[in-house]
Order: sequence, then C-alpha cells, then structure tokens
Amino acid sequence: MMLDNLLNVLFPASHDTQVEKEGILYGTARYGQGKTAAVVGLVNRTPLGVEGALSLASHVLEVIRHSPGRPIAVLIDAQSQRMRRRDEMLGLNEYLAHLTKCFVLAGQLGHRTVGILFGSAAAGAFIATGLVQDMLAAVPGGEPVVMDLPSIARVTKLPQDRLEALSKETPVFAPGLAHATPIGAVAEIWNDGDLATKLAMALDGLPGAPDRRDEIGAERKGRLKAAAVAKRVAQEATALADGERQRMPCTDR
Amino acid sequence: MKNALAKYRKWSWYEATARERIAALLDSGSFTEFIGPEKREISPHLVLFDLPEAFDDGIIVGRGMVQSRQVLLAAQEGRFMGGTFGEVHGAKLVGLLRYARDDQDAPRVVLLLLDTGGVRLQEANVGELAVSEIIRAVLEARMAGVTVIAMIGGRAGCFGGGGIIAGCCSRIVISEQGRTSVSGPEVIETNMGVEEFDSRDRPLVWRTTGGKTRRLLGGADAYAEDSIDSFRDAAFSLLDRIPAFELDTVEKEHARLAQRLEKFGQCHDAPEIWKAMGIAEPDGIADLSDEVFNQIAQAQKEANHDAR
Repeated sequence: MMLDNLLNVLFPASHDTQVEKEGILYGTARYGQGKTAAVVGLVNRTPLGVEGALSLASHVLEVIRHSPGRPIAVLIDAQSQRMRRRDEMLGLNEYLAHLTKCFVLAGQLGHRTVGILFGSAAAGAFIATGLVQDMLAAVPGGEPVVMDLPSIARVTKLPQDRLEALSKETPVFAPGLAHATPIGAVAEIWNDGDLATKLAMALDGLPGAPDRRDEIGAERKGRLKAAAVAKRVAQEATALADGERQRMPCTDR
Repeated sequence: MKNALAKYRKWSWYEATARERIAALLDSGSFTEFIGPEKREISPHLVLFDLPEAFDDGIIVGRGMVQSRQVLLAAQEGRFMGGTFGEVHGAKLVGLLRYARDDQDAPRVVLLLLDTGGVRLQEANVGELAVSEIIRAVLEARMAGVTVIAMIGGRAGCFGGGGIIAGCCSRIVISEQGRTSVSGPEVIETNMGVEEFDSRDRPLVWRTTGGKTRRLLGGADAYAEDSIDSFRDAAFSLLDRIPAFELDTVEKEHARLAQRLEKFGQCHDAPEIWKAMGIAEPDGIADLSDEVFNQIAQAQKEANHDAR
C-alpha cells in the first residue's frame, strides 16, 4: 500500500503528516472517537542511518515531552540499517540503540506504541522501528526480512532450492510475513475489513505492555522453545536462591 | 586449582573461551550455571542444516561472585557458530534478564560477556526476535534498578544485533581487540562494494570498529587491557557511576549523539575525528600502549559521560 493511501485508510477522519529527509515521517492524526495519535515512521524504503535514527528519535522525544499519554503509531517501509563505513565509524549501534530506548521509554511513560509494517523492513532497522513496539501489525505489502535467501545460501553454503524447500517446513529463517507471524514477531495481520477500527483498538491498548511474544510464538507453534527456556532460567535461578535461604541458620527466632 | 586460575587471569580475554573467562572472572567455585550443558538444551534448528549443535547452544548463563559480590552473568562462546543469537541461545539470556528484572532479591548487576557476529542466519527470524526481546528485557531490568554491563573483547567481536544490545546496556567495557558495529566490514563490502569498505584493510577495520575508536568517541565507557583481570577491574570501576534508564538520561544521550554528528559527521576516517577532538598525535593512537591510551581517553570530554 502507498503511504498516502495507507494514511487515508488508517485515519479516515484526518491526518496531518509530513516526510522529511532520510524518509522520516511525523505528524498527528485523529482516530476512534475524536482522539489524537502521534504518527511517526520510516518510509519510502529508506535505509536507517545515523541521521535518520536521530531524527526519528527526536520526534518520539517530542511526543513524550509535550503530549503526555498520546499513543504513537509507527509506520514502517524501510530497508535495513544503512551500510556505510562512515555510519559505523560514528557509532550507528549507539544511534539505533538510542532510538529503541526512546520507543521503550515512551511505552513505560504511558504512550502506547503500535508499529504498522506496510512495506519492507530488515535487520537493524526492523529491530529499532518495528520489533521494539508494544505491538506490531502488518497490512498488505508488509514484508519483514532478516536476510534474503540468496545471502543465506551464501553464508550457509546450501543451495537456494534446498533452502526454499526447507523454508516450507519451518518459519525460523526465511523472509516474509508468513514466517514472522507464527513465531510471534508480528502480532496481527490486518488484511481486510475496517483497518481504522483495528488500529484504534490497538492504539487504545496497554502502554508498555509485557513482552509476550515468546508465549505467542509457542501458542502459534512457530517458536516452540523460547518461552519455556526463558522461564526455566528464572526457575533455576529462583530455586538456587531459595535453597540457599533454607540452608541459612535462623537468627531472628 | 588456585594456580590454574591464576594462569587464566593473566590470560588474554581475546584468546580465552567463554568458560575460561567465567572461571577467571569469578571467585573460585562461586559459579552456578542455569540450564547447563548437562541438560542438553540444544538448538532444534541446526539439524535441518546438517550442522553440529552445542549442548549449551553457545551461551552460558548463571550466577556467581566477583570479589565477594553477587552477579548474574551471561557469556557467549564466539567459537560456536560465531556466538550468534539463535532461539535457545537468545532465550537463555532473555530468561536471565527477566529474572533480574522481576526478583528484587536477585543480584543487581548483570555482566554480559558479548562475543557475537549477530543473528544466527540459520535461525534468522527467531534470532532477530530474540535480540529484540533481549533489548526490551535489558531496558526493563535497568528501569527496575539493575545494572547491565557489556564486556566486548572476544574473537567474534560484537556485531549486528549484539551491537545494538550493547548500546542499550548501562555501561560498556571494551579492549583494543574488541570490535563493535551493526553491519560488519565483510557485510558492508559484500553489499556496497570494496570501495565503500575494504574488509581486508585491517588497520582501517580496527580504526573504524575497534575498541580505541569506540572508547574515544564515548561508544564505550571503560578501556581494558586484553586480560581477564583488566576486564574485571574496568567493569567494577564503573559501578559507582551508573546512569539510570529514564527520560533525563535518554535526553542527555540524544544531545550527546546530536553533538557527535554535528562535530564529526563530515569526517571520513577516525584520525580526522581524533584531530577534531584536539588529540595531539591522532595518527599515533593505534600504536599507543594501553596505559598511555587510557590516560588520553580519560581526559576526553566525549569519552566520559553519563548519557547512556
């Protein structure tokens, strides 16, 4: 879906947004019964470099500072992180980390964050704009990629047709929405019906909602181990501490 | 036993395995591993690619003591699949961080011995999702008052999602051998061409992603010699100045990163940055001893901050 079309469908009442350099989208929109959402994003299939990450972060901080409690819709049609020596020299990892912090902080401070994937998104850019939100939905055209199959073939030294066959058996490595959803990365796919209503419900959800994606992946049978392994670590850690407490002599009785 | 450990302590962090780092970093006999290799919690996915598994999936998580102080710890094994994040590997770290976040009686310090090429491509989707769950858990743990310290100096460096995770930690310790970035040099060369980044030009690689560059720019908070003793001392020297993860810190970080772009955004190579920082002999940085380098780094405004 094209950006203008998407904005009209998601926010039929009104929206006032612009795209500045580095493909950074920002503005506001009306949703639900006369409520206001902040709209930010990374669009026009732009890679995310140090300037873009900083600019997007500044719009998120602006919302936190001046519009308490306002939910944030994050529209995404990106590439990967920008692959330039200069960006890495300047510490792109810190810029992407900073952007993720701004989104997580927004959630913790009462701003519900909803990612809407309407194009591509890959690797570091996907982590810092899509996978960091309280909830991530995909609309037609949404196509998450970690790495394309030819590149995976090169690294794994497996023929591409073998990889294609494998990707039908497991969602764990191949690109695409059909694989991102069963593992819990994408919470909902909004294919048809009233997208504006679906978005309004998502925006009214809990800010800073607990990260349940591993449990969702287990429920959807796309990621069977993660939730159980994470829980077991905590159980073993707690059992160790409990055992030590029991062995300690009681001094207060 | 004591002698054996003393030997490890002087050992190169770079050369040591993950288990050797733990043995020498922690007080003798204080470590308890969670989901240890005897549990054989292996990757369920590598078999599809006819690849051998590791019984710990390339990461060790547990609890121990450093100089009689309780810590939680995770150590990646860079020699197994490049220390990459797969489903089980990532989930062990997620579990450790969530435990620290949720249990007020858990140790308040988490050490992350990062040694990773990033996401494991054979498990790309679940590995990337694990990275984002780890980021979320790091930040939530920090918000609950937990200190998370990244230690970077291993063979695999700290790349891809690992670099972003490090940037979310309370503090970062790095050695000269420690390299960190998002896209690694080989990935940039493959995608953008050798004129963009010649990954075989070792000096260029080191001064773009290496520990000295990161430390001078403020991308790392302490610089360690390449020994396990030095990493321990550097990490503990940071503990009395830990930034809280809150709006004020994030705004300060924003200003810091904006200023970096403003001052150095036009530079083409690291020595240009060092020159602009006012360092007397920028071309000699690579050859400085650890001690002299540390003195220079400690005197730089950009390198020493509470904005992380």
